Amino acid sequence: MATIWFCLVALMVAMYVLLDGFDLGAGAIHLWVAKTDEERRQVLASVGPVWDGNEVWLLAAGGTLYFAFPQLYASAFSGFYLPLMMVLWLLILRGISIEFRNHVHSLVWDPLWDFLFCASSLLLAVFYGAALGNVVRGVPLDKSGYFFEPLWTDFRLGPETGILDWYTVLVGLFTLAALLLHGSLWVQMKTTGAVNARSRTIAERTFWAVVTLTVVVTLISFQVQPQIRINFARWPMGYAFPLLAAAGALGVKFFTGKQNERNAFLSSCVYLAGMLTSVVFGVYPLVLPARSSDFSLTVDSAKAGAYGLKIGLIWWVIGMMLATGYFVFVYRSFAGKVVVGSSEHGHGD
Amino acid sequence: MNSALDVHRLHFAFTITFHYIFPQLTMGLALLMVYLKTKALRTGDEHYNLAARFWARIFGINFAVGVVTGIPMEFQFGTNWAEFSKAAGGVIGQTLAMEGVFSFFLESSFLGLFLFGEKKLGRIGHWWAGFLVFLGSWLSGYLIVATDAWMQHPTGYALGPNGEIQLSSFWGLVLNRWALWQYAHTMIGAVQTGCFVMAAVGAFYLLTKRTESYGRTFVKAGVLVGVAASLLQLFPTGDMQGKLIAEYQQPTLAAMEGLFASQPTAPLAILGQPDVEKRRLDNPLEIPGMLSFLTYRNWSAHVKGLDSFPEELWPDRIPILYYSYHAMVGLGTIFIAVQLLALLLYWRKRLYTSRWMLWVLMLCVPLPYIANTAGWMTAEIGRQPWVIYGLMRTAHGASPRVGAGNAWFTLIGFMGMYSVLAILWCFLMGREIHLGPEPPAAPGSSTASVAAD
Repeated sequence: MATIWFCLVALMVAMYVLLDGFDLGAGAIHLWVAKTDEERRQVLASVGPVWDGNEVWLLAAGGTLYFAFPQLYASAFSGFYLPLMMVLWLLILRGISIEFRNHVHSLVWDPLWDFLFCASSLLLAVFYGAALGNVVRGVPLDKSGYFFEPLWTDFRLGPETGILDWYTVLVGLFTLAALLLHGSLWVQMKTTGAVNARSRTIAERTFWAVVTLTVVVTLISFQVQPQIRINFARWPMGYAFPLLAAAGALGVKFFTGKQNERNAFLSSCVYLAGMLTSVVFGVYPLVLPARSSDFSLTVDSAKAGAYGLKIGLIWWVIGMMLATGYFVFVYRSFAGKVVVGSSEHGHGD
Repeated sequence: MNSALDVHRLHFAFTITFHYIFPQLTMGLALLMVYLKTKALRTGDEHYNLAARFWARIFGINFAVGVVTGIPMEFQFGTNWAEFSKAAGGVIGQTLAMEGVFSFFLESSFLGLFLFGEKKLGRIGHWWAGFLVFLGSWLSGYLIVATDAWMQHPTGYALGPNGEIQLSSFWGLVLNRWALWQYAHTMIGAVQTGCFVMAAVGAFYLLTKRTESYGRTFVKAGVLVGVAASLLQLFPTGDMQGKLIAEYQQPTLAAMEGLFASQPTAPLAILGQPDVEKRRLDNPLEIPGMLSFLTYRNWSAHVKGLDSFPEELWPDRIPILYYSYHAMVGLGTIFIAVQLLALLLYWRKRLYTSRWMLWVLMLCVPLPYIANTAGWMTAEIGRQPWVIYGLMRTAHGASPRVGAGNAWFTLIGFMGMYSVLAILWCFLMGREIHLGPEPPAAPGSSTASVAAD
């Protein structure tokens, strides 16, 4: 039962990365793909009606983690106290820069929010990557089940780790590259004209960075986290996940060449899903590995009571079916390329 | 304020108080927007559609600030209250996760459609989008109140072999009697905020003689719904909430009322300052026997004062608790008086021309915010010294590894961030109210929009 919840939480996190990933990526390239006000409104309109729903996956995943693995929620969130708070601040800035921009039109108002949207999206992508890097590398948990990491120490993988060291920074940059690719494929799919052409250029350029970093980070991660080696050696079936990621990456290249924008974006989804499932498969049954000790939190040591997990499964399935229905409906309602007109987009313009 | 525990408490108190300024308006407005959309659908009058669109813009601003200040709340259980989360996550994580899965997805999906998709959806589709936003936000209200209600009055749980708290009855958690009454009281409080804001904006338009037809619509909706809400807030919801506290949180009731000595024919303190050292109320203005009557429906009933309980069971901030409670009740009484008076004038067809009444309605706008905040302070400070009443003390709930220095750092960060948000909110709200519900003059005339900016 705990393993089922481990998979479900991983699924929700993956949904968050796929969905909020494209609007984070769109934000991160915002200043470069869109130069004029009309172009910038194209980018914003491509994420405007959906970003909030995408971010709900983070909240829903957080809540699910809370009730299924309370010990993990308590240890991880209090241990990652400082970076988590900074992520929250960035989410606040990013949310208001999307929502407030269209209320006023002025030569000081618009550029301010465009800059904040872009900067907060960029930083969030790096922070999320660094967070993932921390989980893979392991944290200084002790027998109380808690830890507290400063933001950085000496940037080495020694016993006294900080949130940022060379490995987690590398994973952060890798995540940024992957989300830049994901976001530019989304913007390409949703826009026309100059924005479409520029996002295609960005997608082509970031593609090779993503491929290179994928290889480098994967090889290093096998060294950093021994559990990954153990799992892939024990269950060779697990190589299906990295192969899925490779197939996604090839798909991005193939469909970009064919100018099939929709399939190129979907391939990027497959790539991200393949990478995330590889990580999840690699660390199982650990949910929060400890640095060089026996205090790792596992699926079994962090889980909640059996009755709660069983009853949760019932409402979770119902709720997810409803949520999927809303998402299909909303994405169909806003399907196709965005058209930026003067009406239906804020008012007073 | 040097211990980490105090900083963690202030951290949560500050962020939740600021956050709740926004949902109380959006939950109230969601109901009023459904009212306006229904009127538009039934009368076919575009006036009500424009009115609804105006409030949808106000709703959008407040919803955005509510969302961005709400996300930190869910994470703060883990960041600042790790021991509490570890112990109780298996129970309250259920309602919190359900809030995400059942209401946030609903709300966020259909808000996008409600704000941006009016043309695509058509009249009936747009009404449904508005209704689903209302449903999502009110469902979210229930699940978060049920979470708090479990901390006030834990039900549906069992203690595991190592003392960990486990869920034992899903319906016991979800249909907690405390949650049902607290929800009714909270939501009617939100409707009051929505009504007073709508009436105040309407009164402002009538007083300044701008868009007066909308002014009348807003004042009317605010007063008609507001009268019902003010009365329901006192009885039965407020009354039942008080009875539950009298039953399950006896020291809290005594501290709220400033009753230090147990006595028959207990008086109700209207005014006075609690002096906790000397165990008495200074400058009391009291109604003899009233507290006995309100609590037990018997003028001479014996009511337990704080002296009936050991001091370690007393709420640890008695003066603030006492003042919050009295502010809430006092304001609630004023709301009933104001709304009934406005209703009387409406019935005599003099409401829209009585400038003094419009002034009163306009100036009342901060009061429901204060009353709602004071109500939550009464509930949460009243729960002390427990984080889960009777089960876990607040002092044992904080994160063991997050020191006071780090907690101050993030608290100051939130204060700075929220000050900026507050200024932006004032600017955007002022601007929307200034622009008003009528569409900008003639399409294509650039002078109108330049002047408006």
